[in-house]
Amino acid sequence: MGDVTRTPTNLTQGSQTRGGIGESTLRPDGTLKATGEFAYSSDLWHEDMLWGHTLRSPYAHAEIRSIDISEALQQAGVYAVLTYEDLPTEVKNYGLEIQDTPVLAHGRVRHHGEPVALVAADHPETARRAAAKIKVEYAELPVVTDEASATAPDAPLLHPGRDDHHSGHVTHPNIVHRQPIVRGDAEAARTRADVIVSGEYEVGMQDQAFLGPESGLAVPAEDGGVDLYIATQWLHSDLRQIAPVLGLPEEKVRMTLSGVGGAFGGREDLSMQIHACLLALRTGKPVKMVYNRFESFFGHVHRHPAKLWYEHGATRDGKLTHMKCRIVLDGGAYASASPAVVGNASSLSVGPYVIDDVEIEAIALYTNNPPCGAMRGFGAVQACFAYEAQMDRLAAELDLDPVEFRQLNAMSQGTVMPTGQPVDSPAPVAELLRRVKAMPLPPQKQWESAGESADVRALPGGLSNTTHGEGVVRGVGYAVGIKNVGFSEGFDDYSTARVRLEVVNGEPVATVHTAMAEVGQGGVTVHAQIARTELGVTQVTINPADTQVGSAGSTSASRQTYVTGGAVKNSCEAVREKVLEIGRRKFSTYHPAWATAELLLEGGKVVTDGGEVLADLVDVLEDAAIDLELEWRHRPTEPFDLHTGQGQGHVQYSFAAHRAVVEVDTELGLVKVIELACAQDVGKALNPLSVVGQIQGGTTQGLGLAVMEEIVVDPKTSRVRNPSFTDYLIPTILDTPTIPVDVLELADDHAPYGLRGIGEAPTLSSTPAVVAAIRQATGLALARVPVRPEHITGT
Amino acid sequence: MRVNFTVNGRPHEADDVWEGESLLYVLRERLGLPGSKNACEQGECGSCTVRLDGVPVCSCLVAAGQVEGREVVTVEGLADYAKQRAESGGCASGACGNGGTSVGDAQRWQAEPAGTDSQTGEQGELAPIQQAFIDAGAVQCGFCTPGLLVAADELLERNAEPTDADIREALSGNLCRCTGYEKILDAVRLAAARGEAATAGQGA
Amino acid sequence: MDFLRPASWEEALAAKAEHPTAVPIAGGTDVMVEINFDHRRPEYLLDLNRVAELREWEVGEENVRLGASVPYTLIMENLRAELPGLALASHTVASPQIRNRGGVGGNLGTASPAGDAHPALLAAGAEVEVASVRGTRFIPIDDFYTGVKRNALAADELIRAVHIKKAAGPQQFSKVGTRNAMVIAVCAFGLALHPDTRTVRTGIGSAAPTPVRAREAEEFLAAALEEGGFWESGRTVPPSVARQFAELAAGACNPIDDVRGSAKYRRHAVTVMARRTLGWTWDEYRGFGRATEGNERCA
Repeated sequence: MGDVTRTPTNLTQGSQTRGGIGESTLRPDGTLKATGEFAYSSDLWHEDMLWGHTLRSPYAHAEIRSIDISEALQQAGVYAVLTYEDLPTEVKNYGLEIQDTPVLAHGRVRHHGEPVALVAADHPETARRAAAKIKVEYAELPVVTDEASATAPDAPLLHPGRDDHHSGHVTHPNIVHRQPIVRGDAEAARTRADVIVSGEYEVGMQDQAFLGPESGLAVPAEDGGVDLYIATQWLHSDLRQIAPVLGLPEEKVRMTLSGVGGAFGGREDLSMQIHACLLALRTGKPVKMVYNRFESFFGHVHRHPAKLWYEHGATRDGKLTHMKCRIVLDGGAYASASPAVVGNASSLSVGPYVIDDVEIEAIALYTNNPPCGAMRGFGAVQACFAYEAQMDRLAAELDLDPVEFRQLNAMSQGTVMPTGQPVDSPAPVAELLRRVKAMPLPPQKQWESAGESADVRALPGGLSNTTHGEGVVRGVGYAVGIKNVGFSEGFDDYSTARVRLEVVNGEPVATVHTAMAEVGQGGVTVHAQIARTELGVTQVTINPADTQVGSAGSTSASRQTYVTGGAVKNSCEAVREKVLEIGRRKFSTYHPAWATAELLLEGGKVVTDGGEVLADLVDVLEDAAIDLELEWRHRPTEPFDLHTGQGQGHVQYSFAAHRAVVEVDTELGLVKVIELACAQDVGKALNPLSVVGQIQGGTTQGLGLAVMEEIVVDPKTSRVRNPSFTDYLIPTILDTPTIPVDVLELADDHAPYGLRGIGEAPTLSSTPAVVAAIRQATGLALARVPVRPEHITGT
Repeated sequence: MRVNFTVNGRPHEADDVWEGESLLYVLRERLGLPGSKNACEQGECGSCTVRLDGVPVCSCLVAAGQVEGREVVTVEGLADYAKQRAESGGCASGACGNGGTSVGDAQRWQAEPAGTDSQTGEQGELAPIQQAFIDAGAVQCGFCTPGLLVAADELLERNAEPTDADIREALSGNLCRCTGYEKILDAVRLAAARGEAATAGQGA
Repeated sequence: MDFLRPASWEEALAAKAEHPTAVPIAGGTDVMVEINFDHRRPEYLLDLNRVAELREWEVGEENVRLGASVPYTLIMENLRAELPGLALASHTVASPQIRNRGGVGGNLGTASPAGDAHPALLAAGAEVEVASVRGTRFIPIDDFYTGVKRNALAADELIRAVHIKKAAGPQQFSKVGTRNAMVIAVCAFGLALHPDTRTVRTGIGSAAPTPVRAREAEEFLAAALEEGGFWESGRTVPPSVARQFAELAAGACNPIDDVRGSAKYRRHAVTVMARRTLGWTWDEYRGFGRATEGNERCA
């Protein structure tokens, strides 16, 4: 079983202290999660607690004429029914960047499933029955569903009178944000092109489909405040939005992170946080809210569906001349993260390629479709699907190998992005492509490999027994992508870490306290590793994330290991300096090295960089506890110019390449992905096992977008047609192939330990690689994801 | 209504159960056993998988009243269940259970001591499949983990040396959104291999 | 809501007679979804889990009497030889956990056109044994489905068992879904060769308001096999015959466009499945069947 616990090749191993960075240490929460004891936000229970329930709009766009709650209030077991009228302060909206989202609908609903009223009752069924008795009189309004209907001269405005900081520069009030980028002279460069390829591409609305539903418990406190136990990606961002609506100072809204059952961007916006607090404060009782899967599809934002128009030119010898593109993202009814999605889509629209002459425009729309916002790789995922399709078409036009064509145009360190920002750390795009291409291909017809009997489990259609090999054609496809790491465009992206070092029971123990949301990614594992490496201790306690410590920023944008990891490292270094100061005070007379040498903490001791032991940490510290809380920020960025898109907007880039091998039942249009190999540069793998887990997980979400995942919205009514796990399908273990991972570690000298954010990049290139493979197998153009059997069979 | 049944070897009585409640709800909200998870409540994810009279089922689709007099094993009882099975050399009925999860519990994580070598699963508190999931990196957010553990444990009970295709088929009713399943396959292979090694060690 | 727990079949019939609105629940895999999502609030739930006989089956001379609650897993494991088509269909039902709970009675009771058992039952030939305090009757499967999610049961009746013809020849089942496991049928096709009577029967799922047979296709194929002497000679069925059979099968469909698939795709997929299942069953009849996981289990 040598390969069961394998670590990936090419990874550097080892700090001096066991369990430090570079080792595949195990998750501190692993045992609790494997025994069922780990407390997720839906598992919490409180004596005397009530259940909260949300009444949602059945219409995508309607005027609310009246709401009658009298009958609901009379039902036995009901403690409160709240509507807009019950909101306690003048702050009635919230939002990540633009506060345009009503806590409860007022006069108008703008999307299917918008919250209209709340109920608190002694049992979930009581709450449901009471909610059914709330009489809401709606008058349906025409829906705005796409660019044409949103920007028509007489289009209903989603947010009339908006005065947010994007409203001044957009060309229509139903456009949330618009980012053009112009660099070089695309028109002039176009004349040098021997071939020009243009196309229109479309990406469907993907759902994060995290398994742990939106949920939490709000407990009213004696001081008039509230304690909220919650699953989120960013406690302090929630807090900033919750407190003003409740009319409470932030210190009276104490938030603690509960177990989070996945996030993938879907918990960046608020869901039931304010609602549970309102009900708890109104009733004076703890209130638990748990969405079921149906409600969850309405309870969080989704990935922006997109239409992308691209034109590329190339010379006969395979050099790209220019690129023009226009990307239209559907943001739905409320802004959420749309502005940042526009920023990413536009600034990364060229992909990991060298193109000096570009004309780019990206916009996000306000429509009556479900609100869209953050999902793993946002903006970049949509663009990658389109530009990688273009690369394959160009290669075909030029009769070049698609991988060689990409390598010929691949960016590298020093390449200047369309934003004018040079890439100032390794960008091994050609090398990643070389690596995935060099991996051995999986054997043909594996369904026959068992010997005498064909195994439908290895065939397209799987257990459904649709083919025994008939119509099955293999295809291979490649793709590579680029994703920014961290919050961009001038955002003050910082984190805070409190680190304490003391002697407990004769042993030095470090305690790390951050507000980082552990959503499954393994940040808690890495924090302990960093503390061990920096402080030379074995025992590390990770405190629960809460708002008693400063903000850690969001668990998104592939940023937590970089930024909160960086903050933990920074605080540990400061603690170490204090330790060494104490040591010097106490012991410098005993050994000259205290004054002259570079000193480290390793294995519970103070040692010189030459390895000489100077003192036991225990003796240095004695009864002292060193306790520091410090903020740490990465290099500043700046906004993109609103007209030219120029600006040093990004902190770091992340690159991954995929090779997909698929088998397509060309007659039925069913796809089996046989293998999905990935090569990714991670800068430095702090925990190789977790790194590979992130890459495989991201790859699989990309596979889902390629062949099955889409929230289907009725174009006439803007209503969601498949809000369930019966009809919104995510890959099962039988849909997911082996995912060999080749990890490259080229340090980014600007980042802690040289690391690179890794969570999102594998989600980008997975989708276009799978579709490229399907195209190769079928000869079809396939300009839309997810690819459906109808697209393959022409039905 | 009142429902009497056995969970992890211990008799339980649930009172004032609404007739539309699922076994999952009763376990989670009435018996303080929230280990079985509520991810979809429509039988499409497997996160709530328990053994009902030994058979893996989605507890979200079992009406509470249907378990009257029957035996349920949840993830909380998996370790004891596996232990008894190992001792009796066959099937076991579990015999343990935890209290509910109060606020503040399970929120403070002692990081795994450096270099803990858990290859042998010597903690003894865990079923071999649980240990294998931890060791192989098969746990990320962990929400699918309880259901997968119950399903994978039952697979290995039936088939000690499953092929990859067998594992995929047996776990095809359990969705995971984090891992891409590769490490889950690793974990089941690892548990199978350790089981084989243990059996060989006993000279059986 | 009341929860009725009859301990015997007689008690169950009495309860259903007393409360005709009672919703029977056995595996719960349909009913509980509706309750969990607040789509349904029956006055009474009638639990059939304590009626042990519903989980039993008997293999007779000509038929298998399959209790309404025999879980799909047990059908797959125990009745592959007698009911190969149904065993294959059972294997495609949802997930292992669902197959451990759900049974054919539930599929029949719900009568969704997407129920996986229907095409296999239609193709094999079956009678549904239903009963009430008034007595027992046997409803031919062809008369059982009366509309979208409607069946021939009276309000006081319960499904006790299904009597399915034991296979006298090869049977196949194929289902299209957009995922490789745990998927509801976009459409499905069942085919059974009956060499004893020199007939063929089909069943189509999710491609019409009810599960249907493709009678024209059946008659065409039976005639073609008969006229060409194929039953005796065991020669390969000419592609033209297979093609026409498949087209006639698609002609029996009356599908809709919905979120799971287009009507056009459903027709097309039925064509492909009809042609392929004919190939697999005929190869097996001739004794040349390359053993696949599917038809190995049928053998």
